Amino acid sequence: MTDSSPALTRRQAQEKTTRRAVFVLSLLPLVLILFVTVALAARAWPILGQYSLWDLLGGIEWRPMRGQFGFLPFIAGTLWVTTVGVLLAVPPCLLTALYLSEYARPSVRAILKPVFDLLAALPSVVYGVWGVLVVVPFVGDVLRPFFHQHLGWIPLFASSQPTGYSILSGGIVLAVMIAPFIIAVTYEVLMTAPQDWRLGSLGLGATRWQTIRYVLFRHSLPGIIAGVVLGTSRAFGETMAVLMVVGNVPTLPTSIFDPAYPLPALIANNYGEMMSVPLYDAALLGAALLLLVIVLIFNIASTLVLQRVMGRRWV
Amino acid sequence: MKFRWQRRHVGEALAKLLMFLSLGLVFASLVMILWTVLSKGLPALTWQMVSQAPKGGFYLGKEGGILNAILGSLYLAGGGTLLALLFSLPLALSLETYLGNSRWGNGVRLALDVLWGIPSIVYGAFGFTLMLALGMRASLLGGILVLALLELPIMTRAMDEVIRRMPRDLELAALALGSNKREVAVHVILRQMLPGIVTAILLAFGRGIGDAASVLFTAGYTDHLPTSLMRPAASLPLAVFFQLGTPFPEVQQRAYAAALILTIIVLVVSLSSRWLAARFGRFTVR
Repeated sequence: MTDSSPALTRRQAQEKTTRRAVFVLSLLPLVLILFVTVALAARAWPILGQYSLWDLLGGIEWRPMRGQFGFLPFIAGTLWVTTVGVLLAVPPCLLTALYLSEYARPSVRAILKPVFDLLAALPSVVYGVWGVLVVVPFVGDVLRPFFHQHLGWIPLFASSQPTGYSILSGGIVLAVMIAPFIIAVTYEVLMTAPQDWRLGSLGLGATRWQTIRYVLFRHSLPGIIAGVVLGTSRAFGETMAVLMVVGNVPTLPTSIFDPAYPLPALIANNYGEMMSVPLYDAALLGAALLLLVIVLIFNIASTLVLQRVMGRRWV
Repeated sequence: MKFRWQRRHVGEALAKLLMFLSLGLVFASLVMILWTVLSKGLPALTWQMVSQAPKGGFYLGKEGGILNAILGSLYLAGGGTLLALLFSLPLALSLETYLGNSRWGNGVRLALDVLWGIPSIVYGAFGFTLMLALGMRASLLGGILVLALLELPIMTRAMDEVIRRMPRDLELAALALGSNKREVAVHVILRQMLPGIVTAILLAFGRGIGDAASVLFTAGYTDHLPTSLMRPAASLPLAVFFQLGTPFPEVQQRAYAAALILTIIVLVVSLSSRWLAARFGRFTVR
């Protein structure tokens, strides 16, 4: 076609400009990720020059005034709280998602979905308030004495302090916070399973639960695991709600009733005063960098798995 | 299926029981959270609380309210949402029209998902370093910038998911009539998908207003009403956080009131987005 009327060429030129603008705009997310990583790495660089990575990650002394920056208590705190939270959250969330996708009638689903959306929309400080007012007393006055009396000889359940500000409280609050997220992802994954498989299995006389175990899981298990990993990475970075209930004592915990001091809480609590102490800000930004790197790895891996499982892109 | 005492039937019944129990557990936690916030917050919620800024002796339990935090939060989240919208709407539209399901387009989606997953405390730390480098102090503007960063991926991906559900025929019809892709995006997709886009914007606003960790260092906290972009601004999540930490019961009351107000704002935003989607969904082609 050799139409060269001025209107057409103008619109072709316009289209070309838009295409370029779109390309530049689409670089934005990638540039932001790189920028955040590089900026944090650059500010954390001084401390990596002074101490070896091993000393930082494996050190248990945190005394910024004396120049001791051991991250191990904080890494351990994060791992403990996250593990407890995820272990508590996963079984009920899986079962709830299974109920929603396999058993619930559409009308029930239509009522329940908004409820879970609501749970996801609540701000983290509200969870924190609930944690301080309900979970901490419950753990401190009910669970702790109970476990102390009956299972106190197991180190995991030993209680070293009289309050409920502990890993278990943080874990419970985290579990409730990531629940709607895990339910939503798992539900979406299950909904992409081919309906024919279900019907075929049920037609052969299998019960619904057998269908779930032997047919659905074959399709959905990788996606469900990826969803749980995604939920875990959310839990890693959760700051405020956990900070309010976990006690914030930098020790190496051995029991779920011990207090802990997770990485995000470390950053949030000390950011104001870091300027006066040498290397303190580098150490804190190093903590942020560590958090970022862990979350990036978790996120990229699980998103790639989800993309493959679902055949389409997802959260 | 008739129940018999077979292993598989017992397993089925057991699984069903466990499912109901878990559903009940999730439901009960939601009810309990809302009940806690309501029962603690309602008695503390007075007119003085929402209409006044803190006065002298506020933190010892004297006069004043939390208007500074309410206004601050609305400014912060509002500004952040507007700023994020500026980038995310074109990005979401171009993801559909220009990039589609291409390799590059999916790469952009992956990058957005990864951005979404970055914890808000990391954004806060990043924003603070950036502000230090630029010589800025904690201010309303800083908070708005960081919230925009936080909301950008949420808003874009939510819009993207909505726009994907658009009937492909409409787009093809517009293209067949000779419009270029930019015109398709602005005149067809934007109109057709407006309810969904508004829902996405409100979702991002809800996330922004509830986030505490990112504004902790970037927006700071103040007892004054926010007046200037360069001054610090208070926010509701931080009001809850700081006031709950004090030993005075009267001050803790204010934390409960602030938590209730925050919850109400988030619920209203969430419900109204649902309502808007239903209301304006009527004007679109199905």
